[in-house]
Formats: sequence, structure tokens, C-alpha cells
Amino acid sequence: MLENYLPVLMFIIVGLVFGALPLIAGFVLGPRRPHPEKQAPYECGFEAFEDSRMKFDVRYYLVALLFILFDLEIAFLFPWAVVLEDIGLFGIAAMGLFVGLLVIGLLYEWQKGALEWE
Amino acid sequence: MSFETPDFSLALPEIWLLGAICVVLIVDLFVRGSRRSVTFFLTQAVLLVTAALAITTQWGVTETTFSGHYVVDPLAAMLKATLALLVVLALAYTRPYLEARGLLQGEVYLLALFATLGMLIIASGGSLLTLYLGLEMLSLSLYALVAYHRDSRQAAEAAMKYFVLGALASGILLYGMSMVYGGAASLELAVIAEAAASEEPPLLLLFGMSFMLVGVAFKLGAAPFHAWVPDVYQGAPTPVTLFISTAPKVAAVALFLRLLVDGLGPLHETLQPMLLILAAVSLLLGNLTAIMQTNLKRMLAYSGIAHAGFIVLALAAGTEAGHAAALFYVIAYGIMAAGAFGLIIVLSSAGTEAEQIADYRGLNERHPILAGVLLLLMISMTGIPGTIGFYAKYLVLKAAVEADLIAMAVLAVIAAVIGAFYYLRVLKVAYFDRPEVPPEGSQKPTGPNEGSVGEGEGATPSRPDGAAGTVLVPGASLPIRALLVVNGAAVLVLGIFPERLIALCQSVLGAG
Amino acid sequence: MDPVLVEWVLYAIVLLPLIAALIAGIGGPWIGRVGAHRVTIGGVGLATVLSFWVLYAQVWGGAAPLDITVYTWATVGNLSFEIGFLVDRLTAVMMATVTFVALMVHIYTIGYMHDDPGYQRFFSYIALFTFAMLMLVMANNLLQLFFAWEAVGLVSYLLIGFWYTRESAIFANLKAFLVNRVGDLGLLLGIAVLASAFGTLHYGELFAAVAEAPDQTLNLFGAAEWSLITVACVLIFIGCMGKSAQVPLHVWLPDSMEGPTPISALIHAATMVTAGIFLVARLSPLFELSTVALTVVLVVGALTAFFMGLIGLVQNDIKRVVAYSTLSQLGYMVAALGVSAYAAGVYHLFTHAFFKALLFLAAGSVIIALHHEQDMRKMGGLAKYLPITYITMLIGTLALIGFPGFSGFFSKEAVIAAVGYSAGGWATFAYWLLVLGVFVTALYSFRLLFMVFHGEERMDAHAREHLHESPRVVTIPLLLLAVPSVLIGLLTFGPMVIGDFFKVDGSIQVLATEHGLAYLAAGYTGVLGFIGHAFATPVPYLAFAGFLTAWLLYIKRPEWRPRVVAPLAPLQRLLEHKYGFDWLYVQGAAGGGRALARGLTLVGERWIIDGALVNGSARLIGRAAAGVRQLQTGYLYHYAFIMVIGVLLLITLFVVRTVLA
Repeated sequence: MLENYLPVLMFIIVGLVFGALPLIAGFVLGPRRPHPEKQAPYECGFEAFEDSRMKFDVRYYLVALLFILFDLEIAFLFPWAVVLEDIGLFGIAAMGLFVGLLVIGLLYEWQKGALEWE
Repeated sequence: MSFETPDFSLALPEIWLLGAICVVLIVDLFVRGSRRSVTFFLTQAVLLVTAALAITTQWGVTETTFSGHYVVDPLAAMLKATLALLVVLALAYTRPYLEARGLLQGEVYLLALFATLGMLIIASGGSLLTLYLGLEMLSLSLYALVAYHRDSRQAAEAAMKYFVLGALASGILLYGMSMVYGGAASLELAVIAEAAASEEPPLLLLFGMSFMLVGVAFKLGAAPFHAWVPDVYQGAPTPVTLFISTAPKVAAVALFLRLLVDGLGPLHETLQPMLLILAAVSLLLGNLTAIMQTNLKRMLAYSGIAHAGFIVLALAAGTEAGHAAALFYVIAYGIMAAGAFGLIIVLSSAGTEAEQIADYRGLNERHPILAGVLLLLMISMTGIPGTIGFYAKYLVLKAAVEADLIAMAVLAVIAAVIGAFYYLRVLKVAYFDRPEVPPEGSQKPTGPNEGSVGEGEGATPSRPDGAAGTVLVPGASLPIRALLVVNGAAVLVLGIFPERLIALCQSVLGAG
Repeated sequence: MDPVLVEWVLYAIVLLPLIAALIAGIGGPWIGRVGAHRVTIGGVGLATVLSFWVLYAQVWGGAAPLDITVYTWATVGNLSFEIGFLVDRLTAVMMATVTFVALMVHIYTIGYMHDDPGYQRFFSYIALFTFAMLMLVMANNLLQLFFAWEAVGLVSYLLIGFWYTRESAIFANLKAFLVNRVGDLGLLLGIAVLASAFGTLHYGELFAAVAEAPDQTLNLFGAAEWSLITVACVLIFIGCMGKSAQVPLHVWLPDSMEGPTPISALIHAATMVTAGIFLVARLSPLFELSTVALTVVLVVGALTAFFMGLIGLVQNDIKRVVAYSTLSQLGYMVAALGVSAYAAGVYHLFTHAFFKALLFLAAGSVIIALHHEQDMRKMGGLAKYLPITYITMLIGTLALIGFPGFSGFFSKEAVIAAVGYSAGGWATFAYWLLVLGVFVTALYSFRLLFMVFHGEERMDAHAREHLHESPRVVTIPLLLLAVPSVLIGLLTFGPMVIGDFFKVDGSIQVLATEHGLAYLAAGYTGVLGFIGHAFATPVPYLAFAGFLTAWLLYIKRPEWRPRVVAPLAPLQRLLEHKYGFDWLYVQGAAGGGRALARGLTLVGERWIIDGALVNGSARLIGRAAAGVRQLQTGYLYHYAFIMVIGVLLLITLFVVRTVLA
């Protein structure tokens, strides 16, 4: 029974090797001449103008959460669309219910003002 | 794979509740008014209809639907009705308290409704998946409810602790479920029961059972998975504490009955020693620690742990009588806890939080009726004959003795005697201590209570001047006080005429 | 007879004194002295009238015995605890006696307690006593009897200690209470034996059940089989010994004279102390089944009758002489019961109630006249100052010693004859004790009479100046009691003792046909014949000898007294120390008990219970609680850690069990 898991083990080993090897290779092979400019965080070419540990507006999380919700809805809709012919009317009704609940949720957000940035 | 259309009509209470929640949600969005009367009464009506539906459509029916994921039997019907009614009772206490603190928003009722839906699903859970779904629905709602008073540091801290520990417990439960699934190759409890009943049940089932027990014990608040209880009970707004200590406890017993009796009942022999440990630790730790408390809510939390110990003891008996005793006990506890926290709510007003035991000094002189209710509740929790608490304890002990758990029964009695001390101390304070004349300005604005919840456990009461008695002025309106009196009277009436309820609990569990 | 009417009469008889007692007791300050005695005398008086009506209905009206259950108090298993009334001839006679004497005492009290500050309280108590005593005699089951038994004991306790500021009164009432407790324990155990064996406390059902299975046995110690009936009867009789002051539980009765004289007459002479005799007669169907128990009864009664009378010879307190006389007479009654002559015993109770109440009240009248002086050595020659008291006391004395024709003559003669006709060694022994007792009775009775009313006047001058006859409220009861003391024997002896008075309706059951009373009845030719017959026995001559001795030593030749007493000095000392019972009880039982209690207090209570168990366990729990609360640190990671430890604990347990299995 244990030999069934051999491929898994192989996967793990190969994954580790592929992940670690380039890093090790770069560390071993690459030239190292440290300089303050070089060690600064990469900011798309700009000067770093503030600390990286800054406060985010809480609304950002709110929007992110809402985004994930509807993102997941799409993730459900795609497989559903593929097998729609097989599950028939019941499938449509079930998805209708699901979307309906999401609509109520959206309504709630909207009314509560969660969609307004200011 | 052929697909069968499930019989929706069997799940009518849940479907109704879900639909009604959506309606309540939308209605609440568009209704103005600070008292939320429409939402409140709509919620209560919805719950009452749910209870009625549970009885009319599910009583006497024994069937499964949704491919075995959903079970309908008398136990489910009775649990659902009980749960819905307990929630009605709990919500009835909420309004004045929340209103006085500016916390009254529709979401309280929505979250409570969602929690109720989760509990109903647990009551009818026929598979690991359904049970987990219900449990999470309940838990997430409760986390949000505890955190409801967001500006209170205590509440936020309590919610954080509850959430993290709850997530941990859920994880452990889920881990156990995955093992059981691995062992029995099915999510359905009926199939799992067959696997468990085989000559040599898979080892995975046994491991899985141990982990699942942790999840159940956490919900029940049994030691050593009790750590959240005191902090959450104390930190949460009192109506939320009331809510947590009533219906969800019943749901936890339901979870046990479904998961570990319907599913893994055949493995009871292995489960029993674990349950006994939980019971013993809960009884001793709950009662001992309660003695040291100066905060009534915290004391009731530890007392709740001790009561959980009694419930676990009944479940450890493993007989139908034991299960019935656990069910009766948890319902009795729900009624008593509702009364006790209800009393705190009634005696609290916008400026004061009646949660220090010292605040109750001389209660009898100022509010003899409320003191009488307190008396009833405390002697019922102690288990003195004539009250419902006596029969609850009596049934548990009887079941334990009949299952040859005599040593544990003796321990339970000793623990109950220790417990009598702190219940009676509250009465002593209320009846025999003189209220101190409050110094000028002691009616300080409370708002968010300063000080962290668990830190310094009891030694530093959340109020720096905790020793100075505050004159409690009932902030609740007359109907709420009347409700409290009715609640207290119920403890007495059910204590004198407990036969119907006992018979009901026994019949749904196939005992006697 | 309309039974509904009878029921209401019974309620009224019982409740009237109770209501009166409550009114006088609770409302005393408002209704005042006159109100208190009016309401209690009214209540008791009405009860008396109704009681006589019940007696009339039972005896002449031909009413059937009435047995009703009024109220079921509780049912435990098969055993019902009920309140009910049983009224037959025995009860009716007792009711009439109790209410009549009680009424006389109520009236008398107006005079006797005239200046006492506790006037209302006293009336409340004696009315309450009347209620309790009626409940006792009217009970139809043993439980109610027991409650009433305790109730009369309680009132007796309260009344002995009525003057509660007196040290001696407090000592006496405590003593009465404790000694009665010993007896009551016996009674309670006896009732328990019967209840457990036959499952009922109702007289009728009990007798029926016993008659069906009279030979049951039980194991008390080891393997020895004891007859259940004997055990039960002896235990119940121990209760009777306590209440009716039989040797060796008699010690409380003389001391009870600390109470006011009216209650000495009512409770400690006429009624309460006869409850034991009543109970044995009531339970005659049981006692008949046990020869052993009857022999115990006989011997105890005879010993009491003789030896308690002897003590009366050396007493100088007027009330104590009468008290010892009461003890002695109670002994006669008990002895009669012991030979199955229940009718004779109850009849002596009946007559004794009148003449002993009379004697006590007359003694009380003397005491009033001398301003509460009770020492006979400070009296003498009072006959000319207190003529009515003297005459009535003389009548009482003649009745007591059994002067032919007086009531006491018939009852005592019947008792002695019944014992004499009975077969067996113990009966012979008892017979001679009783016969000698007659001499003793006459001696102490006339000693009292001569010391108080004749001879030189030994009171101080101040007391002599104020001597006058007592007020009418005192003398009228004396006169009213003197009438039955003289006449009642002549009128009722034939039907009540010789006839089937108590047997017709089954009040008293006698199994044997060959018993003393049957012999007596066989030779009975009427009252005069009975008197004549008595002169064929030593009894009248002994009584006369007693009178003669007293006359010689106290009137004719007082100077002979030292010469007679000198050789009897050891006996006198023995009598003055009352055979050492008091010393034994006070030093032995009470002292030993207190020493034991002190020891237990020190070792058991302070060290073991308080020190180790109570405070120790509390301390232990306190420490444990302080310890476990440390677990609740408030840190989330600690909580999570506890949970993980818990999981580990469960898994470890599970693994260990699985591995071991």
C-alpha cells in the first residue's frame, strides 16, 4: 500500500529540488558586491518614499472580500455551465437559488453603503 | 451517476427559515426606526412559525432525504422546536439592553436567525458534511455576535479568542471527520455506523472519533476545551452571552447525539473513558473556579462548565436514559441560564452593568420580586428539589448509576455540593448583605469597560471600584420584567411537574 | 343517631378548646384577664357539654362506635398517615372525664392564679392541653395518638416550667421532658414495629391484622426469635411508663409539682398521667396476645403502687404527698391492666380523676390560704379556718383510702380483687404488694390530713391573721368534684366494671374467660353485697389500721413518733432519698451523658468535624480553586495550548487502551 504513495514522494522531491536549485545556484554562482542602493526595496524604479509597514484603509479589505465572493461565484459558474445539459432543470434552479442569495447579499451591501468608497 | 431529485418537503422548516431570513434581511434594510420593532417582531414570528413547522411536518416522521445527508425523526423535530423556542426566549430579552447602548441593529436578529438555521441543520444532520455545515453556520454567526459591540475592548478580545479557538476546534473536528471518512469510506452517518459496528472497526474510525469529540466538547464548553467560555461569557454583551448559553448548548448536545451516537454509537466503549475524563475535569474545574469569581457573568460561565460536566456524564452513560437525561439537562440549563442572564439584563441600565456579585447586595430590599427570581434560579442551578435543576441532576445521576458509573456519580454529587457554595453565596449577598451607600458619582458612565477580559483572572475586576456597590436600577421595561418572572416561575413549575418534559425527552430518544 | 351531626360534634369538641387557647394565647394582651378566662372556660365548657352528650349517645342513646377518618395527611407506600376519630364507650368516658375535670380546673384557676402576671398564658396552656388530651383519647390511629401524646407532653413541660424564673421549676420541667423522652422513644419504636409488621396504624385494621397473624416473630439480637407482639407491647408499655410515671420512669412526676397547683390536678393527677393506662386499655387486643407483656405490666404496676406510696410517708411538702399518692394509685391502675382487668383499671382511672383532682385542688386551697406555703410542718389546725376545704379534702381522702361506699372503694377493691383472683406467682406477689399498699395509703393520707388540719397551729402569726376560706371560684369546683368522689362508685360500679360496659362495643377486649373480673362478676350481687363482701378481705382492716396509726402518731401520742421512727432510721433515709433513683439518673445518666458529650465535642466536633472535615475541606477547596484559576491566564496561546494538551490526553488515553487491549 505504501508504494502507492511513491509518486507523491517523487513529486515532493522534484518540487523541492526545482524550487531550491535556482536559489542555491544563484547564491553560489552570483557575484556579490553589496551597496545600500542595491539593498533598498524595489519600488518600480522610484525612490522609496515611505515605510513598507504602512496602514491600509479598512475599506480595502471590505472590497477585497466582496471581490473574492463574486470571484468564487464565477469559479462555481464555469463547471456548472459545462455540465448544464446533464443536470437539467434542477441544475438551473439550484444555480438560480445560489445566485439569488448572492443578489440578496449584494443588495444588502449596497444598501449598507459598502460599495461606496467615501 | 444518476441524479435523484431530493424530497424538499421534508426539509420545510429549514427552507422556510432560510427564505424568511432573506425576507427579514431585505425588510430590515428598508425599515426606518431606531427600535427595530418590525425586525424584532418579524424575527420572533418567523421563529415561532419554524417551531410550529418542525412539529407539524416532522413529528412522527422518520425518513431521510438529500441522499441521506438530511435526517428527519422525532428527535430532530423536538430539537428544532426547542431550539427555535429558546431563541425566541433569548431574543425577547435583548431589546432594551441593546437599545440603551445604541447597539440595536437589525443584524443582531439576522445573525441569531442564521445561527438558528445552523442549529436546525445540526439537528437534522445525516452526514458529516451536513453537520459540519450547520456547525460552521452557527459558529460564524456567534463569532460575529460576540464581536457585536465593536467599540468594547472586552468584546473584541472575547470575539478574537472565541474565533481563534473555535477555528482550532473546527479544524480538529474536521480532521477527525476526514479520518472517519477515510475509515468508513462514506460521509453518511448510517454507513459509518455500520462500519463502526463491524467486528474490527478500522483504527482510523477510533482516531477520528477522538478528534471529533474535541470539536463537540468545545461547543459544549466542557473542560479542557472550555478556555473560551469565561472570557466570552464575560466579554460579550449580556444578551449575546444569554444567547450563547442557551440554544447553542442544546445544539451541541444534538451534535453529539448525531455524530457520536447515531454515527459512532457502536464505539461507545472506547468513547466512554474519554467522556468520563471530560466530565470529571469539567465538574471539578468548573465548580472550583466559580468559587473564586467576583463577576456574576464569569461565575455563571464557570457554572456553565460544571453543568457541561453533568451533561457529558449523562452522555458517558451511553444508554438511552443517559441521552435523554443529557437532553433534559441541557434544556433545563437553557431555561435557567436564560433566566440568570436575563436578570442581569433587567438589572442593568444604560449607565450600569449589573455584573459584579457585590452589586447585588441588598437586592431583596429593593426588588423583592427580582430577588425571588434570583433565589429560584440559584437553587435550581444548585439542584434543590422542587426546581427543574433537581430533576435534571437526578436523571443524570440515575442514568450514571444504572450504567455502573457509581464513582463518577459520587464525584458529581461532591462537585454539586461544592457548587452549592457559590450559588448560595449570591443569595446570601442578595438577601443578607446591606447595600452600601454609594459614594457620590459612583454611577460612572460605563460605556466600554476598561481592562482586559481574562487578564489577572478575577483578581482585578473589570471595574476598578468593583467593591463599591452600585445601586442597581432596573433598566428594563415592564414586559421584560414580567418575562423574567415567568422564566423564573417556569423553573419552579417544571420542577414540580417535570413529567411531561422528561417523558418527551425519553420518547424521542427511545428510552422508557 | 345522625352520623353527620356526630361528626360535627366531634370537631367542635376538639376545636373549641384549641380556638380558645389560640385566642387567649395570641390575643391575650388585647382581651385581658377576664377575656382570657371567659373565652377558655366558654370553649372548654361547651366541649364538656358536648362530651357528655356524646357519652349519653354512646351509653344510653345506643349509638354505634364511630370510626371516621377526617384527613389523609400522607401516604408512603402502603402506609397511610391519617387523622381520624374513634368514639366508643372507652373514648366517651375519657372525654367526659377529661373535659369535666378540665372545666373544674379552669374555674378554679381564676382564684388560684388571681395575682399571677402570666394569667392569660396559663389559660391558653390549659385550654391547649384540653385540646391535646382530647385528640389523644379520640384518635383512631397510633400516629395521631403519638402526636397528641407529644403535644400533652409539651404542654406539661410548659406548665411545669410555668414560673420560669425559678431554678427548680426549670430543672423539673427539663427532667420531665427528658424522662418522658425515654418513654416516648419506646412508644415510637413500638409503633414502628407494629407499622412495619402489619402495615397499618389504624386501630381497627391493626387489631384485625394482628388477630390474623398473632404469632409473628422477629430477630432483635442474633438468632433469638422474639415474639413480635410481645416486643411491640413492651415497647409501647415503656411509653406508658414514661407518661404514667411508673417505676423506674417515675422520677419526673414529684418534681412536676413545681408547676402551679391547678395543673398538678389536671395534668399530673387526673388526665395526662392516665394516658398510659388509657393506651394499654385501648390496645387491649394486642396486650391480650402477650402474657409476657401483661406480666411486665402487672409487676411494674404493683411495685409502683407499694414503693411510691412508702415515699409519701416521709414527704413534708403537701403537694408532694399527693403526688406520691398519685404515683401509687397509677400503680394500682397499671396492675389491674396487667391481669386483663382493663375495666377495673380504667374505672379506677375514672374515679381517681375526680377525687385526686379534688385532693390537689383542696391542697391548692390550703396553699392559697397560707400565701403559697407548701410545707406541712408550718401548718396545723386549719380545719376551723378553712371548713369547706377541710370537708372536701376529707371526702377526697376517704375516697382515696377506699372507705366503703366512696368511689375509690369500689374501684380499688375491684383492682385488688381482680389481681387476687388471678392465678400465678407474679399475681400473688402483686396482690400482697397492693394489699399492703392500702395500709400505706391510709397512713400517708391521714398523716397529711392531721398535719394540715388538726393539732397545734405551727404557722407564723402573720400568716394566721390572714387566714380565711378561699373564694368561691375555688370552693365551688371543690364541692362539684366532691359529689362524684362520693357518689360515682355507688351509681356506676355495677354496670361499668361488672357489666359488659366496655365489651359490648368492643372498646376493650379480653381473650381469657378465666380472669379476675370474671370471678368477681360471678359472685357479684349488687353494691351492698360487694361492700359486705369486702369485709371478708384484709383490705378494709388494713385501711383502718393505717388511719389508726396516723391518729396515734400525729394526734393522740405525737411523743411516740421518735421512738417508732428510730429503729426505722435506715428505711427513712432510703425513702428520703427516694431509693436513689434521682441520684442515679442525675449523676449516672445525665452526668455520664454530659461527660460523653463533652468528650465528643472536643474530639469529634472540634477536631474531626470542625477541624478536619468542615474547615479542612473548605480550606482544601479554597486552595484548589486558587490553583485552578491560575489556568485561566487570559492569553490566547495558553488557551490553545490547553486545548492541544487536552487532545493529546484523549489520544494518549485512546492509544494506551488500544495497545493494552
